[in-house]
Amino acid sequence: MNNFLTDAPLPFCKGCGHNHIAANTEKALQLLGYDPMNIVLVTDIGCHGIIDKSFLTHTVHGLHGRSVALATGVSAALNNPDKKVIVFIGDGGATIGMQHLIDAAHNGFNMTVVIHNNFLYGMTGGQPSEFTPFGFKTPYLPEGGVKTGYDICKLISAVDGVSYVSRLEGISDFSKELAEAFSRKGFSLVEVMEICPSYGVKSNPGMKLSKVVEGAGLKIEKFVDREVEAYKTVVKSELKPLFNEEDAIKTLFATTLKKPIRLMLCGSAGEGVQAAAEFLLKAGITSGLNGTKKGSYPVTVGVGFSAAEVILSSEEILYTGSPNPDVICVTSADGLEYARKTLANMKGGKLFIDSSLKAPETKAEVIPFPFRERGGAKNSSIYNIFYLLKRTEMIPMEALLHVFNENKIAKKFDLGKMFQALEEPFYAEINEKTTAPM
Amino acid sequence: MEAAVKESRLIMDGSELIIESLARAGADVFIGYPITPANLLYSYSQERLPSFFAAPDEISTLQWMCGYATTGKFPVTASSFPGFALMLESVNMAYMMELPMLIILVQRLGPATGTATCGAQGDLALLNGAISGGFSLPVVSISNMKDCWEMPAKAMQMAIDLRTPVVFLTSKEEIMTLASFSIAKLNAINKIERKFYEGDETYVPYKTGESMVPEFLPVGNSKHQVRFTASTHDQKGIIQNTSKEAIDNTKRLEYKHRQNHKQHLFYDYDEQNGAETLLISYGITSAASREAVKNIREEGGKVSLLKVKTMLPVPPVYFELMDKYKKMVIAEENLSGQFRNILFGERGNKNVKGVNGIAEMITPARIMDAVLCE
Ligand SMILES: Cc1ncc(C[n+]2csc(CCOP(=O)(O)OP(=O)(O)O)c2C)c(N)n1
Ligand code: SF4
Repeated sequence: MNNFLTDAPLPFCKGCGHNHIAANTEKALQLLGYDPMNIVLVTDIGCHGIIDKSFLTHTVHGLHGRSVALATGVSAALNNPDKKVIVFIGDGGATIGMQHLIDAAHNGFNMTVVIHNNFLYGMTGGQPSEFTPFGFKTPYLPEGGVKTGYDICKLISAVDGVSYVSRLEGISDFSKELAEAFSRKGFSLVEVMEICPSYGVKSNPGMKLSKVVEGAGLKIEKFVDREVEAYKTVVKSELKPLFNEEDAIKTLFATTLKKPIRLMLCGSAGEGVQAAAEFLLKAGITSGLNGTKKGSYPVTVGVGFSAAEVILSSEEILYTGSPNPDVICVTSADGLEYARKTLANMKGGKLFIDSSLKAPETKAEVIPFPFRERGGAKNSSIYNIFYLLKRTEMIPMEALLHVFNENKIAKKFDLGKMFQALEEPFYAEINEKTTAPM
Repeated sequence: MEAAVKESRLIMDGSELIIESLARAGADVFIGYPITPANLLYSYSQERLPSFFAAPDEISTLQWMCGYATTGKFPVTASSFPGFALMLESVNMAYMMELPMLIILVQRLGPATGTATCGAQGDLALLNGAISGGFSLPVVSISNMKDCWEMPAKAMQMAIDLRTPVVFLTSKEEIMTLASFSIAKLNAINKIERKFYEGDETYVPYKTGESMVPEFLPVGNSKHQVRFTASTHDQKGIIQNTSKEAIDNTKRLEYKHRQNHKQHLFYDYDEQNGAETLLISYGITSAASREAVKNIREEGGKVSLLKVKTMLPVPPVYFELMDKYKKMVIAEENLSGQFRNILFGERGNKNVKGVNGIAEMITPARIMDAVLCE
């Protein structure tokens, strides 16, 4: 028969319930005929946690409250139900780390959690936990608990995916019950009710464990015992690279762009600003240029402004910001708000702006066009970039058409209608700076 | 029409280079909780790494990673300050247990939730003090797309060689901005083979030789008992109060980094003969710094550039390089000059100028002004 504990005395106060749990765990593992090398014991911080030094199994001694999450990682990585993962945690650890218990139970990770419930924080001097029953006194709660404690067994029983939940009193021999929990696949939990003589008994002289448990309305019973699907970690072996040389963009067009061009597209979320910027970027690359595209938007991507900065250059692009862009395209009021500061600083360049908007004071040449009216809000950015290439010669229109037609958006898009709309005269009456289309 | 002859390029972001690099180097699992601007790393990992876990929060993330790491597998996560703050106690645990893992920290504008979609370089000071006791937590950063490919695998090697969590420090624009990029000349990244203890004698988890790094052995192995603990411990991994053996073990955690730093030293030094000013930068500000240097030189000015990639612990060679210059300019996207403070302290140095700011990328023009002013 294998030993699971060293011969050294256990590291707990005399009469502490933790002693019984350690001894019964050894006995339970012996009953099941386990090899200590097939056990990983994960312990929490608290009096109970320092038991790791007494165990002859693999041991991992982590942080306060996190042992179940730590064991989750061990269990998911071992991915082998023959390697038994056991967690020792106190009522304190179960309080601060409740989320981890619910989560491990919910997923059915392979492990048995043994909660050492002595109704208080032993290690730090007997403060109450969320498990402290009504009326139970501790050195920090001389009047007794003012609310009922958690019924962890009820809570965990309510979680799908649990295979075994039971509560027992940690006196005499409970190795068979522990063995039952250890033998289950998936997630099992045992709450062992016990007494901390140093703080529990001192504060509640003459207390009897069974009375406390009964008084707290906690049932000593098996709550769950069923076959469940234990967690299996997916380990994929056939994985494709994220990118391939074959997907490289070929240079199909030529451009006469002499110096880098920096553009800013500003509009509203859901109106194709980012997509339009990517079309420009790809068109530039197809024309043999280098390019970058940086997006800006509020955290909730579906509302508010959406802006993109595109840089195209025949040289290597280092700095990817555009504090002084050569071209700003504004297709909505949100976009105008976003662009205001940059527009005020512009020393030249062009502003393409939806004609429904009032162009602010700027040194840029203002070019209004009814993008929204003619293309609809959704297509306003696409209309804008095609109009931009009609009016400037930064990259060939064919390049933009080429990359646009490669995209699935093109299928539902009426290019003929757009080009006609971009041709039709438009007489601006925005402000005195406005120049009519050439 | 005649097409311009150019090497073919892909449109890429730094995130995919990072995850592909880690996949090839043999990272086993990504465990993470979503947060802007780290989400591309999350989604690429889901597609590319052998295993993937959506953890319910960042404390769980780091704990699951630690559990994974005890079994000899290599975990990766990515987060931003709010998530990293939750991870901190567990990062200390990983450090104490000596568990190799990679934490990609994508900086965004703080404090607190700040602006999730705005980049920043505001977390270096936190990392410098992240380990209780002032111990060195290795931090590496990147300066361009090529680094997004090369540095993750190097950081992973470093984590394994030194048995430590490593923080891979980056920021929003470095990993989210799309750019034309040629992958044709990228060097190959080979799978990192883990070496585990193979002896027959009893395995002593925290016993070390000259390297000061203990040999690793996974929990759950059938031959030797393995112990990991986050509390002060002796070589056997048994909790101790302040015994000499245990405190020596704790001190070793710092010494191993100091002793082995040369094997994991990464920086780019672009020296110009006759230059009296050294421009120092890292991360997102490196690109603006390079542009500033290019412009200054084109106009006949002289300046050298040090792009720092091994950030913490600060390698002594940086000070040797600095000693050659009359003036230094340190450009970084935060308010107080965090790297400058780490190098020169709160009192600063009259020969050192900072170029700082928040909420927008530092411009080459501002860096040029600082380099060129008297
Ligand atoms: C994050 C954190 N908060 C607080 C503590 C201090 N602390 C150590 S043990 C403990 C409570 C232990 O109580 P319990 O889990 O019930 O175990 P017991 O000591 O009763 O066996 C506390 C609060 C800590 N170690 N870590
Ligand atoms: S203080 Fe209480 S819980 Fe801790 S070892 Fe002593 S009796 Fe047990």
